[in-house]
Amino acid sequence: MDYLPNILFAIVLIVGIGFFTKNVQRLVRNIKLGKDTDVSDNQSQRWSNMARIALGQTKMVVRPIAGLLHIVVYVGFIIINIEVLEIILDGLLGTHRLFSAPLGAVYDFLIGSFEILAFLVIVAVVIFWIRRNVIRLQRFIKPEMTGWPKKDGNLILYIELVLMFLFLTMNGADYQLQQMGAAHYASEAGIMGSFPVSQFLSPLFEGMSISTLVIIERAAWWLHIVGILFFLNYLYYSKHLHILLAFPNTFYGSLKPKGQFKNLAAVTNEVKLMMDPSADPFAAPTEDAPEPEKFGASDVADLNWVQLLNAYTCTECGRCTSECPANQTGKKLSPRKIMMDTRDRLQEVGENIEKNKGSFVDDGKQLLDDYISREELWACTSCNACVEACPVSIDPLSIIMDMRQYLVMEQSAAPSDLNNMMGNIENNGAPWPFNQMDRLNWAQES
Amino acid sequence: MAEMFAAGQQPEVLFWVGCAGSFDDRAKKITKAFIKILNSANVSFAVLGTEESCTGDPAKRAGNEFLFQMQAVTNIEVMNAYDIKKVVTACPHCFNTLKNEYPGLGGNYEVVHHTQFLKQLLNDGKITLEGGTYKGKRITYHDPCYLGRANDVYEAPRELIRKLDAELVEMKNCKKKGLCCGAGGAQMFKEPEKGDKDVNIERTEQAMETQPEIIAAACPFCNTMMTDGVKNKEKEASVAVMDIAELIATAGDL
Repeated sequence: MDYLPNILFAIVLIVGIGFFTKNVQRLVRNIKLGKDTDVSDNQSQRWSNMARIALGQTKMVVRPIAGLLHIVVYVGFIIINIEVLEIILDGLLGTHRLFSAPLGAVYDFLIGSFEILAFLVIVAVVIFWIRRNVIRLQRFIKPEMTGWPKKDGNLILYIELVLMFLFLTMNGADYQLQQMGAAHYASEAGIMGSFPVSQFLSPLFEGMSISTLVIIERAAWWLHIVGILFFLNYLYYSKHLHILLAFPNTFYGSLKPKGQFKNLAAVTNEVKLMMDPSADPFAAPTEDAPEPEKFGASDVADLNWVQLLNAYTCTECGRCTSECPANQTGKKLSPRKIMMDTRDRLQEVGENIEKNKGSFVDDGKQLLDDYISREELWACTSCNACVEACPVSIDPLSIIMDMRQYLVMEQSAAPSDLNNMMGNIENNGAPWPFNQMDRLNWAQES
Repeated sequence: MAEMFAAGQQPEVLFWVGCAGSFDDRAKKITKAFIKILNSANVSFAVLGTEESCTGDPAKRAGNEFLFQMQAVTNIEVMNAYDIKKVVTACPHCFNTLKNEYPGLGGNYEVVHHTQFLKQLLNDGKITLEGGTYKGKRITYHDPCYLGRANDVYEAPRELIRKLDAELVEMKNCKKKGLCCGAGGAQMFKEPEKGDKDVNIERTEQAMETQPEIIAAACPFCNTMMTDGVKNKEKEASVAVMDIAELIATAGDL
């Protein structure tokens, strides 16, 4: 019976990680619904971007307050996860503070810094909550931030807060038990760990019996690790996936000048054919000719997989939207909403595939119109402010442009002013109705 | 260009005038100012004249990739036939398209924006700037999206303004965070979507906060949008919107 907690822990761990693995598989399947795109170039530049932007958080600190607070939470979570390794081993082996003996003084230093970080994380999370709910910063209260996205944002903060409190409670009770010389907790080598923060919880534990303290310590220990496993599995349903996906996303982010939009290869072939005097315009397509490719995007499967990865990476911080000139002047367009819509639709398509045993069954919906309206698409000035603002290299502009291509080249559904402009370019080589032959007239004017 | 080519001459640089620079009355002044500087610096240059056609930028941003590539391939054929090596343009949209999107379609040229070109002329001592005209004037510079964010050119135009001995004042959104004038992405050619305000008004208000005497632009479309914004604020008597090339041509009394 002595091994019951160990076995129980092993089961919880396997279930938690197993479920997470299943979610990762779903994620990969959904992202792979996107078209292929070649991102194998320039590996060294890509690694350096990932190191700088994701690991180094360089774009987060463009906004210093949010940036620094975010670094606290980010560093806190990464560092405190070292402790999780010990917790898992303790849980499996039935030991207590396994790393203490081999690490010695270093261990005390580590636990001490974890505690300080945990405290700083609590402070940062509280400030984040105040920014969302009391100060109500503009970017957190835009129309797309109602319902689940709003709840999601707060839930993440609550979970983080609870995890940190559990961690400190666990340490505080443990410290008390070690001082009282409780069996299994106390070590002959003296106090294991240092508790610069949780020692202040001591008054709460004053006068409690060893058995009560053990219950508190065990409860906090179990809730903490189960909480972490829960959080891991919450990610797939939340905007919080960025803690994992920011890394691949910055790696696969565009390396080209922001003004360079890709040239559609399918169109290049058509144009070459048109310009080729020896091409036979009446030639029938050969039997095995592939279906002509659809131009642009009307649904998630028309986007490339990096764009879909972008959608899952978005943590809805809204920096893009707050920099968007269209959004600032009251237009419907919000680059963040473009990303959220793409993800929501992708999620819907993924569930459809699951329900229909591996193949997508037409649900009469698509990304265009059912999620993203034409009014939003046409309000974009292609100024790249959203792309520049994103701290994790998401490119909402590329999705907007792909959808415009669908509207114009598949549907001929451009606003009439733009049709006039394009007609002029086609006929006169200028967006205005001037004669090409008058192009040099300015040289004759004084 | 055709004449030079026929005479067996190869210009040092092709000046890509662009549609605005060729047809728009306001932008034509920028073209002429730039030509004056080129002439005074004895730069050997040519223009394509009636052989030039829209780069296709507005078509591409509007989603018409087909029309864009038709334009691009046609222009590339012309430029390659003349064996063009270097192109300068006063329009950031042409600049971006020629520089970034033409190479993939067979058009490989060294493409510079006129502010970069002017800076080079200045560094080479081919033009000199005596600050007289603009000494101490408050000038704010509006970053064109397709020059700034799109291609990371922030310093060349600013350096030129500083060389005029003018007082360069920055708007609250500048450089990487510069706010669009509202014309990009083919917006120039359509009515804006429903909103509280036009983008150019928002940007003009930001410019006005710096209390400038001159709003410097480096793009014919930004120029139009900012000029309209200034008119909307009824400030055209006290605030001028000028292209960097115009500032330099005026300062040099060309």
